[in-house]
Amino acid sequence: MLKRRLLILLAGFACLPALAQFRVEVSGVGLTQIPVAIAAFRGEDGAPQKIAGIVQADLERSGQFRAVETGVVALDEGSRPDVSNWRQKGADALVTGSVTRLADGRYDVRMRLWDVVRGQDLGGQSYAVVAGDLRLVAHRVADFVYEKLTGDKGIFSTRIAYVTKVGPSYNLWVADADGEGAQSALNSAEPIISPSWAPNGTQIAYVSFESRKPVIFVHDIASGKRRLVANFKGSNSAPAWSADGKTLAVTLSRDGGSQLFLLDATGGEPRRLAQSSAIDTEPTFSSDGRFIYFVSDRGGAPQIYRMPSTGGNAERVTFTGTYNISPSLSADGKWLAYISRVSGVFKLHVMELSTGTTNAITDTTADENPSFSPNSRLIIYATHQAGREALMTTTLDGKIKARLARQSGDIREPDWGPVQK
Amino acid sequence: MNRLIWAAAIAVLVSACGSAVKLDNVPVEDRTGASVSQADGKADGVGQRAVTGVALDNANSSAAMMATSRTVYFDLDSFAIRPEFQPIIENHAKFVKADKNKKVAIEGHTDERGGREYNLALGQKRAEAVRRAMALLGVSEAQMEAVSFGKEKPAVLGSTEAAMEKNRRAEISYR
Repeated sequence: MLKRRLLILLAGFACLPALAQFRVEVSGVGLTQIPVAIAAFRGEDGAPQKIAGIVQADLERSGQFRAVETGVVALDEGSRPDVSNWRQKGADALVTGSVTRLADGRYDVRMRLWDVVRGQDLGGQSYAVVAGDLRLVAHRVADFVYEKLTGDKGIFSTRIAYVTKVGPSYNLWVADADGEGAQSALNSAEPIISPSWAPNGTQIAYVSFESRKPVIFVHDIASGKRRLVANFKGSNSAPAWSADGKTLAVTLSRDGGSQLFLLDATGGEPRRLAQSSAIDTEPTFSSDGRFIYFVSDRGGAPQIYRMPSTGGNAERVTFTGTYNISPSLSADGKWLAYISRVSGVFKLHVMELSTGTTNAITDTTADENPSFSPNSRLIIYATHQAGREALMTTTLDGKIKARLARQSGDIREPDWGPVQK
Repeated sequence: MNRLIWAAAIAVLVSACGSAVKLDNVPVEDRTGASVSQADGKADGVGQRAVTGVALDNANSSAAMMATSRTVYFDLDSFAIRPEFQPIIENHAKFVKADKNKKVAIEGHTDERGGREYNLALGQKRAEAVRRAMALLGVSEAQMEAVSFGKEKPAVLGSTEAAMEKNRRAEISYR
């Protein structure tokens, strides 16, 4: 009996990471993916984290890689692999490495990347870290592989913020980009919405209802220090950071109606950005800082507009449909993600800004709040699946999606953090 | 228990209004000295018919108003106050006007469809519609604050049309 209990307990533990992690769901075909083999890191069985598995899951979730079965092999960063053998297995690239426990208790992680088509060593990395940073190291390995093979910056070592509601309890979480290692930054009995990472990746602005009205805090996540930056009469919401981290664009109703203001990130007196008799909300800065995109119903229905970030004339950006909200801009300035109501359901759309070409890229019906990865290749968003709120990541073509759900309760309001040193 | 206290408070309020008698002037007979044995066996010198007077301070009367109708419901995509809710607004306007120190919050809400921030703005519009209606009845803006909870605090859970009707609302609230 005791033994069985222990077994169940162990099984439970084994399941935990899987339940918290994004699960990849591939849909559609014809995508060009780089076949990569990731050999088990020598010594990782004795380490708290299985480095190779984390690297593989990261690369697969990007949609740009396909994992090649390695079988049981004994390789590390010092081995000279038999490249013809790996080419026969269908791999274009091979990752090898090792994990060694050091005398001071830290772990020495080393890796090497091979181009097995050309038989070329593409370089390696080594890290000496405490056990708690082994997942971060695995993500950095994935970033290294990603950048070497695609030319784009990897985003696997970035973090995401999101909110959960379990019964009457709300939590603001900070987690690895794969959904693992979540830590609660704030617990509240009242709703928390609209978390927004500061460009330096150390602070999050958000809207809290803890004082029975929406007010805006800036929260230092390492120290837990919070600063109330907007608590004006009426509602205070929708914080968005300028690229230099000095200014927040916010929605205030202190003068009546939901209107856009600029505010020093340290607080102080807000400056009105625009004046309309309509709803203006959900401001977001373009990555070059020149424009603020926002939602307004000045034309009778909510549409996305943009105006110079110093204020001025607004021009309409979305023209199809009668409900377009929650704009998010990619860091490369090429893409606009937003939510559009089509035939009564809410779907994530992606617009190529240079052409205006727009695609709906999900088959769900209650999508919300998209946010781009810092390398502009993925979007994280909230949706409903099987009667519960879940988070998804998707490639911009919608073909590779991954889902993050929880055992109980709802998960919502994702925001993708910046690349950090 | 709370409900009982509120009910009692309302009863007192209503009777006070009806008879136009200030609570302080209600004659209470002083019966100290009557030697009637107490049912619970205590003999502390307080008669069985003694009444402890309760002065309704501001907090108590706000609590009483919280127990009255204070929710205004809205049609889908609408911010117009339906005529049947005008009496509720008038009742609260009268109450707030009577005491310049009274503060009232009007909390707007929406149903669950659509984005959180846009719903926050829609809820704000509903709260401000009620605020304007109260201002028209002479309530000072300084005593009112219109805020929104968007779709974050549904009155009724569920995605049925009946539930969503109950969630498109503005609540008049005293704190």
